[in-house]
Amino acid sequence: MAEKFDLNDREVWDGNYAASQALRQAQVDVVAAYPITPSTPIVENYGAYVANGYIDGEYVMVESEHAAMSGCVGASAAGGRVATATSSQGFALMVEVLYQASGMRLPIVLNVVNRALASPLNVRGDHADMYLGRDSGWIQIDAFNAQEAYDLALCAFKIGEDHSVRLPVMVHQDGFITSHTAQNVYPLTDEAAYNFIGDFQPVDDLLDFSRPVTYGAQTEEDWHFEHKAKQHKALMDSRPVIDEVFAEFEKLTGRKYNRVESYMMEDADVVIVGLGTTVETAVVAAEELREEGIKAGVVGIRVFRPFPFDQVREALKGAKSIAVMDRSSPGGAMGAFFNEVSAALYTTDTRPLVTNYIYGLGGRDFSIDEAKRIFKEQQANADAGHITTDIQQFSGLRGPHLGYFQTQRG
Amino acid sequence: MAITSIKNLKEFSTNNDRFEGAHTLCPGCAHSMIVRELMNCTDDNLVISSNTGCLEVSTAVYPFTSWDTSWIHIGFENAATAVTGAEAMHKARKKKGTLKDNDAPVKFVAFGGDGSTYDIGFQWLSGAVERGHDFTYICLDNENYANTGGQRSSATPIGATTSTAQAGTHSYGKKEKKKDLVAIMAAHGAPYVAQLAPNKWKSMAKGFQKALETEGPCFINTVSPCTTEWRFDPKDTILLTDLATDTLMFPLYEIIDGHELNILYRPKNVLKVEDYLGAQGRYKHLFKPENRHVIDQIQKNINEYWEMLQRREEARI
Ligand SMILES: Cc1ncc(C[n+]2csc(CCOP(=O)(O)OP(=O)(O)O)c2C)c(N)n1
Ligand code: SF4
Repeated sequence: MAEKFDLNDREVWDGNYAASQALRQAQVDVVAAYPITPSTPIVENYGAYVANGYIDGEYVMVESEHAAMSGCVGASAAGGRVATATSSQGFALMVEVLYQASGMRLPIVLNVVNRALASPLNVRGDHADMYLGRDSGWIQIDAFNAQEAYDLALCAFKIGEDHSVRLPVMVHQDGFITSHTAQNVYPLTDEAAYNFIGDFQPVDDLLDFSRPVTYGAQTEEDWHFEHKAKQHKALMDSRPVIDEVFAEFEKLTGRKYNRVESYMMEDADVVIVGLGTTVETAVVAAEELREEGIKAGVVGIRVFRPFPFDQVREALKGAKSIAVMDRSSPGGAMGAFFNEVSAALYTTDTRPLVTNYIYGLGGRDFSIDEAKRIFKEQQANADAGHITTDIQQFSGLRGPHLGYFQTQRG
Repeated sequence: MAITSIKNLKEFSTNNDRFEGAHTLCPGCAHSMIVRELMNCTDDNLVISSNTGCLEVSTAVYPFTSWDTSWIHIGFENAATAVTGAEAMHKARKKKGTLKDNDAPVKFVAFGGDGSTYDIGFQWLSGAVERGHDFTYICLDNENYANTGGQRSSATPIGATTSTAQAGTHSYGKKEKKKDLVAIMAAHGAPYVAQLAPNKWKSMAKGFQKALETEGPCFINTVSPCTTEWRFDPKDTILLTDLATDTLMFPLYEIIDGHELNILYRPKNVLKVEDYLGAQGRYKHLFKPENRHVIDQIQKNINEYWEMLQRREEARI
């Protein structure tokens, strides 16, 4: 039996600590881990909880992130609750195994504290690692602050382990901005949190010798396509389960989560679509601009995979001009996030104007003023009825303006 | 539990059919013999992981499987870590009491080819052994990347021709010495390390049993003649293995706790290495006069290594 851990109704936690408390309350059986800034404290704390009897689990400090995820795969296939954390280069090193975990339908929870990818080496946050994971077959949920890092980590276990889902889940938070900033967090009691998630119910368990199982078989053109189609279907079919888990969580806590979060969108003309902490910054900017008579709104993507195509389309259909914010270098194309949001919008009848902002790379601050400037550019587009700037531009960059793909200027 | 009756080959080879004959390994491939010898030496429940390679691609082609026990494959390099993850979960679930039969003995085994063990998976193996998990790693050492068509690995011996270390008018094939992985694993302080061969099936079964019964990480290198890449007749697998052990190209020995070395087989008549080299296609070019020095070098290396093993055995340190 695990030792009792004293918790107050309100705690002051940073995002890393919040995520680690979720691992403790979920009583994760195995964490196989390798440290990387800024996610390190999550797995360190798990180790400390094990060392002090707060968790009955196994803490396996492996020799790399590739091994961390490999250990998680073996542990998860052996039928128990498994989690780990990583960022950036560690995430990149895990990529091969991320596909292997999702292909085997193993409900591992990975706390990803987003950080830039080298080179140049940079420990600060952007979303390059998040995009690297986007085709790996994992559910990806984005937390905008420490409270959400905690809440959504609890939800992640319940979603991934649901027998109709059985998929691995990443919970993202912004490196340093969320992970290292202390905020008020309202935790559940241990009992309430554990009851919410429930006991782990193994399926196709390597340690059940009454029914031997083969994991990770080989398929070629005869079956591979069918397996991948089924995996995609499982991801798509997880959408109602995610909604149900969020609804149940709301009943328990009063905190409501949606796959797409909309702020002031009822009558918004100009919109910022973003991820992570950017959403909160944009909301403050929009509120201030509303006082100046600009009908600004914000859309935050909470569940990045499966991509909430329908909700994005629905949320944005009344908007006139939209800025899609990519916190990752596009590498010779439009931003990946821009492409996805645009695809959703292209299928609407109203088809609003859309521009792509590349911003905040390597931890560059994204300020309220910058958000306001972007809203005002969108207002200019809306007024003109066409895009007045570049379709893609770098925002907050020192030196000459970088913009690409001009439209005709009216 | 170890199977005690390993005196009668027929009895031994049929006592525990957990690896089906239906697989797509080449006829004469020693991989399957080694797997069977492992499966037949114990009644305990087995969780087995395999690295990518011939064994893996030939035994679990969906919707079929040759494995009548728990089996997992993830990648080319990480079978050691996957099985140690399962071992950690076993510990955690034992503590919590969430296993179906909490007390049934379970053994954790990883298989890798020499490529995945000596090269790409070396880091994962080293890490898993350093962490002291209770598992046995078995390397199926056919001295090449057979599954991708016979490239050199760091287990390929001097003088062999491979698809990436070719013998030609200006080359006698692989120039570098085989990595001494057994010594490296012993240096990790693993409680049991051995080099075994499927022709000496009694000593192989005993070695496997020791590894399974020893608590902590054990490493076993097994000679696995590959009819396709070594180029010999599939019916001659055991003959080739006999030549390998009788020329001392593959000396059989164990190392306990990183230092106590025991030789497991002393050939009555030690054969010349030519007998072994001449029985397979990959060394054919060495018999040209200009390559004589390579054969001499191989023989010299064998003699020196055998001398070293004997001295270490005598020294008991
Ligand atoms: C990361 C990665 N690199 C390369 C490969 C391609 N590959 C698959 S099996 C193999 C060689 C296997 O050789 P070995 O481990 O010696 O086993 P054998 O097939 O000889 O039994 C290679 C190179 C792979 N699957 N994964
Ligand atoms: S190529 Fe060699 S190792 Fe692979 S199945 Fe054939 S004989 Fe066995």
